[in-house]
Amino acid sequence: MTARRGGSPQRGTTPSLFDGGEAAGTSARALVRDAAPGETAETALTIADLTQTAKAILEGAMPPLWIRGEVSNFTAHRNGHWYFTLKDATAAISCVVWARDASRIPAMPDEGMQVMAHGQLSVYAARGQMQFMVRALEAEGEGLWRKAFEATRARLEKDGLLDPARKKPIPRFPTRVAVVTSPDGAALHDITSVIARRNPTVDIIVVPAAVQGESAPASIVAALERVARWRGADVVIIGRGGGSREDLWAFNDEAVARAIAACPLPTISAVGHEVDVTIADLVADLRAATPSAAAEAAVPVLADIVAGIAMLRATMIAGVQRRGTIARRDLRRMASDLSIRARRSVERRRARVQQVAGRIDALSPLNTLARGYAVARDAQGHALGSATAFTPGQPFSLVLRDGQVGATVTSVHPGALPTAKGAAR
Amino acid sequence: MSFESDLNRLEEIAAALDRADLSLDESLALFEEGIARLRAASDALAKAEGRVTMLVEQADGALKERDAGN
Repeated sequence: MTARRGGSPQRGTTPSLFDGGEAAGTSARALVRDAAPGETAETALTIADLTQTAKAILEGAMPPLWIRGEVSNFTAHRNGHWYFTLKDATAAISCVVWARDASRIPAMPDEGMQVMAHGQLSVYAARGQMQFMVRALEAEGEGLWRKAFEATRARLEKDGLLDPARKKPIPRFPTRVAVVTSPDGAALHDITSVIARRNPTVDIIVVPAAVQGESAPASIVAALERVARWRGADVVIIGRGGGSREDLWAFNDEAVARAIAACPLPTISAVGHEVDVTIADLVADLRAATPSAAAEAAVPVLADIVAGIAMLRATMIAGVQRRGTIARRDLRRMASDLSIRARRSVERRRARVQQVAGRIDALSPLNTLARGYAVARDAQGHALGSATAFTPGQPFSLVLRDGQVGATVTSVHPGALPTAKGAAR
Repeated sequence: MSFESDLNRLEEIAAALDRADLSLDESLALFEEGIARLRAASDALAKAEGRVTMLVEQADGALKERDAGN
């Protein structure tokens, strides 16, 4: 298709042919004395003059305004400009959106979509057509915003960035909190005052970013990349205070979402008011409804931490004391077991000794002595049981029932003693 | 050791000591470790007020914290 060029709107230009001719072209000025331009065949206008005049009249007569209609024949040209027709039951008008303006519109309208367009009615000279130059476009029920939102969400979902399993846990006791936001916005003020109130020992590191306007997405992405490179915090809050949908739009930006997803530190999104769910909210590890809520979610109250530590201490002491009590009880039981065993063991031995003693008593030669016999023993105490063990003059002793008697061998007479058996023979 | 890991470990230790199914040696060792971490955590809380700083990128690309002045 041939490049359609509508020219830039020349707002404020006065119609040139019908105001005395001061602003008209040279040829028209020359003719003005005799006849009005186009009044006669001799003063015929060029087509360029005609369309230029029509354009000036239309633009002068109608300020930029809103129109509504149904989108048809939508074309997005490679150069970024959009072309479509807006129509209703009985009429239609060609529309163009220049690339610069198109980039601010969240999504392309769908065929048949009911839209409101803000712009300037003008003339496209090359075709001699009336044309509406659209500067802003809105669909019924925020349809374009929703469409852009859903398209971005679908792309992130496809890449797995919305998977709940990839969400990092938020630390429970952070000591350093980074905040990606505008350094002079209400959000930062809210966050710092909530953190200071809850736990004044926590450090806050502001990572400045523009959070509104066309530069906001790139600025937020750059700030998040700095945080990722630096890593000097336990958790990152990304956000801004409430605003219009356009104000919050940076937080629906796909590049911002991907930078949040790529952040190695746990992230908390904190955008606007409760009702505004953004793409950033879906990607962040935790979504807080407001900046204040993000600060509350990130930072526990100092007094609670102190109380928690005291409780842990008490639990530990009670636990170790209980263990000590158990150990002492075990020890006492073991000691008493041991003494019972020792006593039993002694008793067993004593019984055995007594038993053996009884047996020894039964065998003891003392019993024989008791019957009136004596035992002869040498000086070393060895029993002298045979006549051959004696030599005359040898001292020995006699052990009797009730004492000992010293003696000396006077003579030795070996020979068998008479026995009862022998006598009976 | 970070404050976070000190506290997480303290909770583990307290829970283990609370169960009392450890040997005396184990529970005494845990208790000793717990007391050290308690001290570290308490010291961290007792430190000076937290600061508000601004992360700035220098010309050489290095990232520095600068006092935010409020």
